[in-house]
Formats: sequence, C-alpha cells, structure tokens
Amino acid sequence: MKELLTATLVLGLLSVFTMPAQASPEEDLAKLRAFYKNRFPNTQFSDFKNGVYSIDADLRSQWEDIEEFPPYELNLEKGKTLFETPFANGKTYASCFPDDGIGIAQLYPFFDSNSGKVITLEAAINQCRAANSEKALKWKSGPIADLSGYMHYTSRGKTINVIIPDDPRAQKIYEQGKAIFFAKRGQMNASCADCHINYAGNKVRANLLGMAIGQTTHWPSYRSKWGGMGTLHRRYTGCNKQVRFKPYKAQGPEYTALEYFHTYISNGLEGNAPGNRM
Amino acid sequence: MRHTARNITTTVLSLATLLGALLLTPFQASAAGATAVEKGKAVAVNRKKGNCLACHAMEDGTLPGNIGPPLVAMKARYPDKAKLRAQIWDATAPNPNSIMPPFGRHRLLSEEEIDQITEYVYTL
Ligand code: HEC
Ligand code: HEC
Repeated sequence: MKELLTATLVLGLLSVFTMPAQASPEEDLAKLRAFYKNRFPNTQFSDFKNGVYSIDADLRSQWEDIEEFPPYELNLEKGKTLFETPFANGKTYASCFPDDGIGIAQLYPFFDSNSGKVITLEAAINQCRAANSEKALKWKSGPIADLSGYMHYTSRGKTINVIIPDDPRAQKIYEQGKAIFFAKRGQMNASCADCHINYAGNKVRANLLGMAIGQTTHWPSYRSKWGGMGTLHRRYTGCNKQVRFKPYKAQGPEYTALEYFHTYISNGLEGNAPGNRM
Repeated sequence: MRHTARNITTTVLSLATLLGALLLTPFQASAAGATAVEKGKAVAVNRKKGNCLACHAMEDGTLPGNIGPPLVAMKARYPDKAKLRAQIWDATAPNPNSIMPPFGRHRLLSEEEIDQITEYVYTL
C-alpha cells in the first residue's frame, strides 16, 4: 500500500519544463512544439489556435454552438465603423498602416528598429491617433478592443509571423518576456508556465488549463465573464490577479515584452481573432 | 492467570472509554463549538483560504482539480504529522518548482489555520 502511494506521488511530481536563457527563439519554439505534441498527441498542430477547445471535445461543442451567433458580432461592426470614420483632420486609421491596415494584424507585435521598441497593434492604434491629434483610447476594453478586434478579423486565416530580428535590443525584449512567462509570481507563487506549460491539460477546480502556444491567436476576445470584448493585456491582468500578483500596466514595457514572446511562440498558427471565451 | 484477566479487563475498560469518547466527540463539539478538524475542513475548502480543492480531490469535495494527488490515506503517507504540516506550510521546500502555494511561508494562512488544516487532512 505504502509503495503504491509513493509511486503515485512520484508520478505526480512532474518534470518541470525549462527554456534556458541562452536558447535562441527558434530553439524555444521547437522545444515547445515538441513538448505539446508529446502531451497532446491527438491534437493537430494547426488546431492549437483554438486554445482549450483543441483538447476537450465537450468544451469545444459548447463553444461551437456559441460561434453560430458570435457574441462579438456587434463589436466587429463597431470596430469597422470606428476604423472607417475619419478623424477631425479628415484622415482615417488606414493612413497609418501598411496595406491600409487590412490583413496585417498577424505581423504584430513587431520590433521597430527606429525606436528600438516593440509595438503592439493596440500601441500602433494609439500612435496613429496621436499622429492625427486625437486623444488616446483606454487600453483594455471599449473602442480599442473593437478596433483591434476588427483589424484582427481582417487577418483571420493568415499565419502568425512575429519576427525577432538579429538585433540585441529585440533579443533583450524577447528574453524579458520569456523571463516574465517563467517567473513565479504573487502570494500563490505560480508562473504562467506552471499553469500553461507544466500543467496544461490539467484542471484547476473545473477550469481546464490551456497551452501557451495558440493562446494569443484569438485576442482580443469577447468574454462572457466580462460581458464584452477585452484586449490580451486585460487577460494578462486577470491571470496575474488570480495568483495575487499586482498586475503590470497594460501596454507598459513588461506586458509588451510578454506579448512579444507569447505571440512569437504561436508563429505558424493561423490568427482567429476575435475569440469568444468564458 | 488472575493477572491476565485483570489486564484484559483493563483493556476492555479503556477501549470502552476510548469508544465512548469518540462517540461523544461530535456531541461535545456542537456544544462547545467546532473541533479543530471541523475548522480545518472549513478553511481547506474555503476558496479564499486553503482552496485545496482547486488542485486536490478530498473526500466529498465537489469539482476538485487534478493538479496535485488526491488527498487520501494521509496517515500512511505521513506517519509523522509534523511532515504533513511542513508540506502545507511550504511545498517549495521539498520541491522548489512546486505549483502548490507556500501557505505558511507566504502567509496565505495563519499558523493556527495551518494547524487546523493539518488536523483535518490527517483524517483523510
Ligand atoms: C493559477 C493558474 C494560472 C496562472 C498562474 C496563469 N494562468 Fe492564464 N489562464 C488560467 C486559466 C484557468 C485560464 C482559462 C483557461 C485557458 O484558456 O487556459 C487562463 C487563460 C489564459 C489566457 C486566455 C487563453 C484563451 O484561449 O483565451 C491567456 C492569454 C493567459 N491565460 C495567459 C497567462 C499568462 C501570460 C500568465 C502569466 C502572467 C498566466 N496566464 C498565468 C490559469 C492561469
Ligand atoms: C495550485 C495547486 C495546489 C493547491 C492550491 C494545493 N496543492 Fe497540495 N499539492 C499540489 C501538487 C502539484 C502536489 C504534488 C507535489 C508537488 O508538486 O510539489 C501537492 C502535494 C500535496 C501534498 C503531499 C501529498 C503526498 O501524498 O505526499 C499534500 C499533503 C498537500 N498537497 C496538501 C494540500 C493542502 C492541505 C492544500 C490546501 C491548504 C493544498 N495542498 C493546496 C498542488 C496544490
């Protein structure tokens, strides 16, 4: 009996997934993909873009039912209207983006070699507003989520392609984001990696934990919990709070670095934002 | 012979006392407030306190998570109760990467609450 129990416990102690700081982004990506492939042999790589729905048939069918009349439909209309409505100076958002802002969201966040900074799509939206003498939008919900949701919608089906150029400044931001993903946080002492790598596929109470790859592809998302759309940084805030860690500022350097790493590891998957989530 | 008989009698008597005490406990408890075990259970299942069910199956607890092992046969696993308390106080001592919150070290629970949870978990 005792031996049996000991055996269970030893099995219970997972070998912890690590990504050494010296590894290149390409090596990190390969290692993560191999890890999830091994853990979820029945999930096609391309299906990881659907988050937990790619590993649980019941949740998936509930989600597909909701997708028949997606709750974000109204937000897409609002986003499109905002996107097309001229600023006071007569210009529109299209003037700030390549390809008039259509079908380009999969390239964000990107490293801007002029400023040495990483620019998220939401940051680019507010930069565009500033350039056109408009007031900045709030970062986590409301018009910015609708605009970003619409722009991502025009990129649906395009492959996520975040580039970490061979520039020490870009590498540094990537490393910072990766370090944040693996850092134990808060009173609960848990890292993003604990929940979304080491225990992905396990349950916290009734909540199934999803994988780190394919996690950003469908953001911004509509959450029934929020009764509306929110940005990825709003979701980060929630995951930080639940371990009793004081969240960083939305669009501050930490979450921007986190998004850079976190979106990079979804490279090769299709964008499918906006999502609808519980 | 007489000796043995007396021993048996003593044993039977003390067993009876013990059983009586065990049977009486619940009644005494409701008269004098909750026992440590009962308090421990309340703290363990409280989502804002131990929230142990987030990760462990525990007797009749509903919708348990499955991140940690089910908490069963704890006396067999922990002949030494102090070791059990230490595991709850700081799970990162034996396993630095543990996802289990260090309830004592990070002051998620008071020392008294950890004592109570230990008493409760020891009955599982
Ligand atoms: C204690 C566990 C826990 C920790 C720690 C945690 N998360 Fe989560 N996270 C969840 C749960 C549960 C969900 C909802 C189920 C899912 O999609 O994985 C979730 C969802 C998410 C989602 C939305 C996924 C989707 O498909 O909609 C993102 C993005 C996310 N987490 C990122 C993070 C990041 C980044 C960190 C660290 C800063 C983090 N999480 C830390 C538990 C956790
Ligand atoms: C966030 C997840 C989580 C929470 C919450 C949690 N645990 Fe754990 N617990 C674990 C994991 C995982 C293990 C396996 C050992 C390890 O990984 O450190 C474990 C191991 C244990 C063990 C050792 C089991 C054995 O057989 O040796 C005990 C005892 C225990 N937990 C009790 C508790 C109690 C009591 C609570 C609540 C006060 C609690 N745990 C809350 C995740 C958790």
